[in-house]
Amino acid sequence: MSAVIAEHGHDDHHDDHAHGPEKGWLRWIITTNHKDIGTLYLLFALAMFFVGGAMAMIIRAELFEPGMQFVNPQFFNSMTTMHALVMVFGAVMPAFVGLANWMIPMMIGAPDMALPRMNNMSFWMLVAGVLLLASTLFMEGGAPAGGWTLYPPLVLQTGKALPFAIFSVHLLGISSIMGAINIIATILNMRAPAMTLMKMPLFVWTWLITGFLLIAIMPVFAGAVTMLLTDKFFHTSFFDAAGGGDPVLYQHIFWFFGHPEVYVMILPTFGVASTIIPVFARKPLFGYSSMVYATASIAFLSFIVWAHHMFTVGLPISGELYFMYATMLIAIPTGVKVFNWTATMWKGAMTFETPMLFSIAFVVLFTLGGFTGLMMSVAPVDFQYHDTYFIVAHFHYTLVPASVFILMAAGYYWLPKWTGHMYNEKIGQLHFWLSAISVNVLFFPQHFLGLAGMPRRIPDYAIQFADWNMVSSIGGFIFGVSQLLFLWIVIDTIKGGTGEKVTDEVWEDAHKHGLEWTLPSPPPYHTFTTPPTVIPCDHD
Amino acid sequence: MNDDVAVKNKKLGRKLAIIAIAMFGFGYALVPLYDVLCEWKWIERDRPDAIKAIPEIAYPVDVNRNINVEFVTTLNENTPMVFSAETKQLQVHTGEYHTVNFYAENKTNKPMIARAIPSFSPALTSTYFEKVECFCFSEQTFAPHEKKTMPMRFVINPNLPKDYKTITLSYTFFDNTETAVKK
Repeated sequence: MSAVIAEHGHDDHHDDHAHGPEKGWLRWIITTNHKDIGTLYLLFALAMFFVGGAMAMIIRAELFEPGMQFVNPQFFNSMTTMHALVMVFGAVMPAFVGLANWMIPMMIGAPDMALPRMNNMSFWMLVAGVLLLASTLFMEGGAPAGGWTLYPPLVLQTGKALPFAIFSVHLLGISSIMGAINIIATILNMRAPAMTLMKMPLFVWTWLITGFLLIAIMPVFAGAVTMLLTDKFFHTSFFDAAGGGDPVLYQHIFWFFGHPEVYVMILPTFGVASTIIPVFARKPLFGYSSMVYATASIAFLSFIVWAHHMFTVGLPISGELYFMYATMLIAIPTGVKVFNWTATMWKGAMTFETPMLFSIAFVVLFTLGGFTGLMMSVAPVDFQYHDTYFIVAHFHYTLVPASVFILMAAGYYWLPKWTGHMYNEKIGQLHFWLSAISVNVLFFPQHFLGLAGMPRRIPDYAIQFADWNMVSSIGGFIFGVSQLLFLWIVIDTIKGGTGEKVTDEVWEDAHKHGLEWTLPSPPPYHTFTTPPTVIPCDHD
Repeated sequence: MNDDVAVKNKKLGRKLAIIAIAMFGFGYALVPLYDVLCEWKWIERDRPDAIKAIPEIAYPVDVNRNINVEFVTTLNENTPMVFSAETKQLQVHTGEYHTVNFYAENKTNKPMIARAIPSFSPALTSTYFEKVECFCFSEQTFAPHEKKTMPMRFVINPNLPKDYKTITLSYTFFDNTETAVKK
C-alpha cells in the first residue's frame, strides 16, 4: 500500500489524560502511560536478565572442572532453580510484555492500552513477586532447589522458603494474567477502524494468541502450587502417596501449564522476527495468513502434548504413542514459519544491520533447537535423553539464541524509535558476533554431554565429561561478558547514541511495514489520540 | 479514549477475568478427572493395584520359569522407623506362592500410625503380582518402640509376559500419625 502520513496531531485533546508526563520520580510509580510502563517492563527485564545471568555464571563456574569448587551442592541446586525462575518469569516474559506495551498501541493506532490502571498494577505486582522470590535466597534452608518445575515430593523438602516461593508464583501469575487481559482487550477493542484483524502486524497477532494462552494456563499453575501448599501445611493429599494421592498427578497439571508456557515465550518471538525480517529484506512478509494460522495451530497443539515431558514416568503405551505423534505434529506449523521467513529473505535486497543479524541467527539456531526437540519427541529414544544435558541444550537453543536473540533484535530495531537516537552500529555488530559465536560454544557441547549421559542439575560430574564442560563454561563466560555491550548500548543510546538524528521511519521504507514508523522519533507522550485513517500493510 | 470504548474495555476485561478464574477451577477439576481417565480400559494404566487382597487360587507352577523378585524398603523423609525385608531377593517360579517377612520398628516414644506404599518396576508387572496378604493393605499402628514382623504372601500370575525376568517391589513407609489424627 501507499506511504502514509498519519494524523497524529496534537490538535484535539478531549480525553482525560494530562498533556505530558508527571514531573519527578513519582512519574514512574503512578504512570498509566503505555510507553512509560513499557519502558519500566523492559528495563526491569534487562536487570533480571543480568541477575539470572549472574546465577548462570555461578553454575558454569562450578561446572568448569569436576569436583566441588566454589559453592555447596544445595546452593548449586538453588542456582539452577532460581536461574530458571528468574529468566522465565522475571526476564523473558516481562520483556515481551514490555514490547507489547510499547508497540501494540502504536502498531494498531490506539491512544493507549485498554485498561491503563491495571497495566500499572500488573507491573508493580511483577516487581513484588520477583522480590519475594529473591528474598527466599536469604531464608533458613535456602531458596527452592528442586528444579523450576517444583516437583513434589522433593520440593516439599524446601525449608522456610516454600510458602514464600509459592506466593511469589501466585503474584507473578496474577501479574501476567492482568497483562494478558489488558493486551487482549487492547487488540480487540482499540484498533483504528481501518486496522482489520488480517491487517494487523504479526507481532500483534502472536501476542493476541499468547494472551489467550496466558489466561488459560497461569491459573492452572496457580492451582497446582496451591495444592502443594495445602499438601505441606494443611494435610491434604493431592500428591502424597500415603494419603492416596499421586506425585505424577502434579506433573500432569504442571505440564498442562508448562508446555503452553514455553510457547508463551516463543510466539511473540515469532512475531518480532516476522516484523523485522521483511524490513531488512525489503520485501513484504511471505505467507502472512499462513503465519497467522500456523501461530494459532501451534497454540492449539500446545494444549494436547504436555505428557511428552513425562515419557519416563511410566505412562501406558497408548499414552506414549499418542503424545509422541501429537508432538511431532508441531513440527508442521513451525516448519511453515521457518520456510516463510526464508522465503521472505529469498531474492530480497538484504542489508545486515544488527537487528537483521540477530533475526537471521534466530531463524538458523531456533531451527536447530527445533530439530533436537523433534528427536526427543520420539518416546523410546527420549528415555536416553530425559533429564540429561541434551534437554538442557535443546531448551536453551530455543530460548537463548531464539527468544533472547529476538529480544536483542527488537531492542536494536526499536531503540532509535523509542529514544530518537541511533545506537552505535559497530558495537552492535561486535555484540552480535561475540554472542552468536559464544552461544554455540556454550550450548552445542551440551548436546554431546547429554548423549554421553551427563545428568542435569548436578554440581559435580564424572571426569569423562570434563573437557566439554570446560569448553561450555568458556563459551558461557564470553557470552555473559558480551551482554555487557548491550547494556552499554542501551545506556549510550538513551544518552544520545551516535548523535546522528534519526528520521521518523529510521530504517529505509520502514513506514511501509508498520504504523509506528509514521510517528516521530521519539514519539510524543500521547500518540494516535485520533485514529489514523490509512494504514500500511506489508502483505497482500 | 472516549467513554464508550472505556465501558467496552471494562466489560471485556471482566469476561477475560472470569475465564481466568474458571481455569483456576479447571486445575482442581483435573484431580478427579485424572482418576476417572486412569480407569478407562483403553488407557491400560499399569497403576499398582497391589493394595487389594486377592483370594488364593491354585495356579499351575511352571518350574522352568524363574523370576527374580527384588525387595526394596525405604522410609519417607522424617519417618522415624527401622524398616527392612527378610531377604533382598528371591528366585520364584510363576504360579508358586511365597511368604516374605518384613520388619518394622517405631523408634519414638509415641504411638505411630504408618502406611506402606508399594511401587513396582517395571510398572506393568504390578498387574501380575498378586498378593494374598500384605501389611500394605491398611494403615499400621505401632505402640512406642514396638517391633513388628509383617508377612506378605504373593504369587506371580503365569500370564506374566515372557520378557519379564526381574520384578522390583519397593515399599515406602510414610508416617501418617498427624494426618490420621486430624481426620
